[in-house]
Amino acid sequence: MSLDRVDGLDKLSGKSAFVDDLTVPGCLFGGTIRSPVARGRIRKIHFSTAVDWSDFVIVDHRDIPGSNEVALIESDQPALASTNVRHLHEPVLLLAHSKLHRLREGLRSIRVEIEAAPPLFDVEAQPTKEMLQHGSDNVFKRIDIRKGDPASVFAKASRVIEGTYRTGSQEHVYLETQGMIAHQEGETLVVRGSMQCPYYILDALTIAFDRPKERFRVIQCPLGGGFGGKEEYPSVVAIHAALLAEKAGRPVKIIYDRQEDMAVTTKRHPSRVRHRTAVDDDGIILAMEIDILFDGGAYVTLSPVVLSRGTLHATGPYRCDHVHVHGEAKLTNSPPYGAFRGFGAPQTLFAIERHMDVIARDLGLDPGELRRRNLLCQGDTLATGQKVQDGVDLTALLARGEELAGVSLATQEYAAFNRSHPYLRRGVGRATFYHGAGFTGSGETHLASEVWVEGLADGRVRLLTAQTDMGQGTMTILAQIAGETLSVDPRSIEVVTPDTSLVPNSGPTVASRTAMVVGKLIEDGCRELQRILDSGSGPPSGKDFQNALELHHRENPGDLLRVSRSYQTPPGQNWDEVSYQGDAYACYSWAAHLAHVEVDLRTFQVRVTDYVALQEVGRVLNEVLARGQIQGGVAQGLGWTLLEEVILENGAMKNHQMMNYIIPGSGDLSPIRVFFEEIPSPSGPGGAKGIGELPLDGPAPAIINAVCHALSASIREIPLTPEVLMEFLGGKE
Amino acid sequence: MTTPQATVRRKVQRTFTVNGDVEEVSFLPHKTLLEVLREDMHLTGTKHGCELGECGTCTVLMNGEPVLSCLVLGLACEGADIETVEGMAGPDGPHPLQKTFASIGAAQCGYCTPGFLLTAKALVEWNSNPDRETLKEELSGVLCRCTGYLQIFQAVEEACVEIRGEGETK
Ligand code: FES
Ligand code: FES
Repeated sequence: MSLDRVDGLDKLSGKSAFVDDLTVPGCLFGGTIRSPVARGRIRKIHFSTAVDWSDFVIVDHRDIPGSNEVALIESDQPALASTNVRHLHEPVLLLAHSKLHRLREGLRSIRVEIEAAPPLFDVEAQPTKEMLQHGSDNVFKRIDIRKGDPASVFAKASRVIEGTYRTGSQEHVYLETQGMIAHQEGETLVVRGSMQCPYYILDALTIAFDRPKERFRVIQCPLGGGFGGKEEYPSVVAIHAALLAEKAGRPVKIIYDRQEDMAVTTKRHPSRVRHRTAVDDDGIILAMEIDILFDGGAYVTLSPVVLSRGTLHATGPYRCDHVHVHGEAKLTNSPPYGAFRGFGAPQTLFAIERHMDVIARDLGLDPGELRRRNLLCQGDTLATGQKVQDGVDLTALLARGEELAGVSLATQEYAAFNRSHPYLRRGVGRATFYHGAGFTGSGETHLASEVWVEGLADGRVRLLTAQTDMGQGTMTILAQIAGETLSVDPRSIEVVTPDTSLVPNSGPTVASRTAMVVGKLIEDGCRELQRILDSGSGPPSGKDFQNALELHHRENPGDLLRVSRSYQTPPGQNWDEVSYQGDAYACYSWAAHLAHVEVDLRTFQVRVTDYVALQEVGRVLNEVLARGQIQGGVAQGLGWTLLEEVILENGAMKNHQMMNYIIPGSGDLSPIRVFFEEIPSPSGPGGAKGIGELPLDGPAPAIINAVCHALSASIREIPLTPEVLMEFLGGKE
Repeated sequence: MTTPQATVRRKVQRTFTVNGDVEEVSFLPHKTLLEVLREDMHLTGTKHGCELGECGTCTVLMNGEPVLSCLVLGLACEGADIETVEGMAGPDGPHPLQKTFASIGAAQCGYCTPGFLLTAKALVEWNSNPDRETLKEELSGVLCRCTGYLQIFQAVEEACVEIRGEGETK
């Protein structure tokens, strides 16, 4: 079933009010003064004497009532730098003024004088003593996953195949930039804006202001895209807006312009992954050694958990009894890297999926055949020892993908075509992969998400969660889940927009967890409501449910019929955070993606001519929304692979404009053909699993494998822009 | 040195048609059409993604042609006929494009949507049967980060079916 989006028509008539569309009487405009260097000690802040500063509101670190930090996993990132700066564009001072042009004049007229220290930009270099800025080795997080005894297998192995793979950063380019409005309402500081995780912001505010939660109210506005970019970063903007508003005693609005947004906000972690694989002559994988390095940027932020997901996806969907995965996220003096759809998995999956083709080539095997010989079967275990038991047949999935993409015919045709064509080369490539749904390991248990389901007097049902709709259709999906459970029209379900003064903490809208984890709680809550209304003839549904609800309220006027549901760890799910052993995710989604490409040897341009995205995501709740998620994710993945190059200067993005950072336009995309296998999963509501991030994992390996097929080459790095390809091919001769 | 006099700004007044109504608007002379619409007329349906002419989010119709409102000065609009997303629905309800954008999922976050709707409206008014290549070409000035464009193309094609079916009423 495909219910139309519940917020559809507002978005189509211009009525949805995004944060910058809100006018607040008496509102000031806020802006940020940032560090001009990547590392150093703040000496002095110079205010130009040409400006009359009397009507500016100026905030620095001394105005922070609580702890000067953007609280997340650790406390190392200051809200405003006080003595040292660790990256270019680090916030130092805040300004606000009632006139935008005066604010801009003010921002231009302040100079931060810094005694520069040598910055560290190369994450692969061994840091010298003076480069140490975090612990004894600059390592934010180190993870090892061990299975079997790889060392002894390597010692005896006759064939060991190695490869090193690198991926570049990626900017989210949500079309709506970061923005917040803060104002005082009596004793309460109210912050509203573009955010994925209202409760992250609430926590960060309570620490920066050293005040109880009750003194804040965080409200989510409609989001013009998030993709992870509005997971942790908005806490920075929210603290800044709140500090200015409190000092000014007036509302303050901070809206980043595009160039500021691209230069200063988080991006996808750049990665380097090394593979050493022992195989036998038939191509059976005997042992794997995987060494992962993520550039974390200047502060810890979410790097430990991004790395965690990266390591847990590093082996790909292959059977192997002897594994050692080692991962590190390390400091550099770049602005912190952060959450981006896929969360570390696209990086490590690019490496393993490219490496599988490298192995196939080395053995003279067809890459599809090599995969078939090694794909996980039901009952096999992953590197963490978790048993695969969702009923998926990966070999069949890959076979169906290859058939949909017409691989065998294309392989023959392309061979002939490539022999005869003067400058065009065609190829086909594939990637098989999985994506764990929900938080990693015991994340969901710690989070203990809570949702409320209310039965209203008029027979309708109200859902209260902290889940935000950033375009993926959260509101629609949750209404649909409740509607299906109760057999009522989803349009009679009200989904409350997140506001921390109204909704319980059901956790952040990340990690493909909304439909699956929160949706399941909604389903349970609805069932509980049915049980409460059961008058002896069984849990009512449909019209009976609505009648029972109305009757209940007639008999108990004014009763708040609210059911609360909290996450319970499913029985039998175990995870050991220290040894990284156990059930890393409640369940996995699986996919085979295939790309056809054509490379033009005159322009070095790669054109994707056909793309097949086949996935098993449990039951598909809403076909239109699911398709949109897959197509959009594939488009972003294609951008990361072929177009989007974050060029760093002094550690920060230099090409911070859409003119020279190219995201896919309508002309850059081929058909993206989307197919689903549906095996209902016990983990999610109505058998659904996570879907949002999965499509980002496939394009990079599938497309680059296709390019390598077309050119008989072995490219191990993305983005593969025409310039990079030209250099690569030039270097080959 | 900025003297206080230099920062005194005087508004100008211009007359143009917005969504069918003739409006007299006063605004600061340096403002772009985007700013005049959003700040002086409170028509916030028109969004912005860059204000540098790079993303197409701010597209409106000026005398029936798509323009980037962040690159057009308000001053240049004297006498012009401007159409924004707020004016797309007719007396009998949403424009066919609005309906198909909703049913086909062409608006995910919806931030790029006004720009697409107006660009597509201008297109279907001169060509109500565009092929995919034409669509790609004509819509290429507007960026979307959510959808991958396919549902947008499909929505325009579906709307064309309705527009052709109804005969040339508009
Ligand atoms: S706002 Fe981007 S083109 Fe006008
Ligand atoms: S729908 Fe979000 S940018 Fe297009």
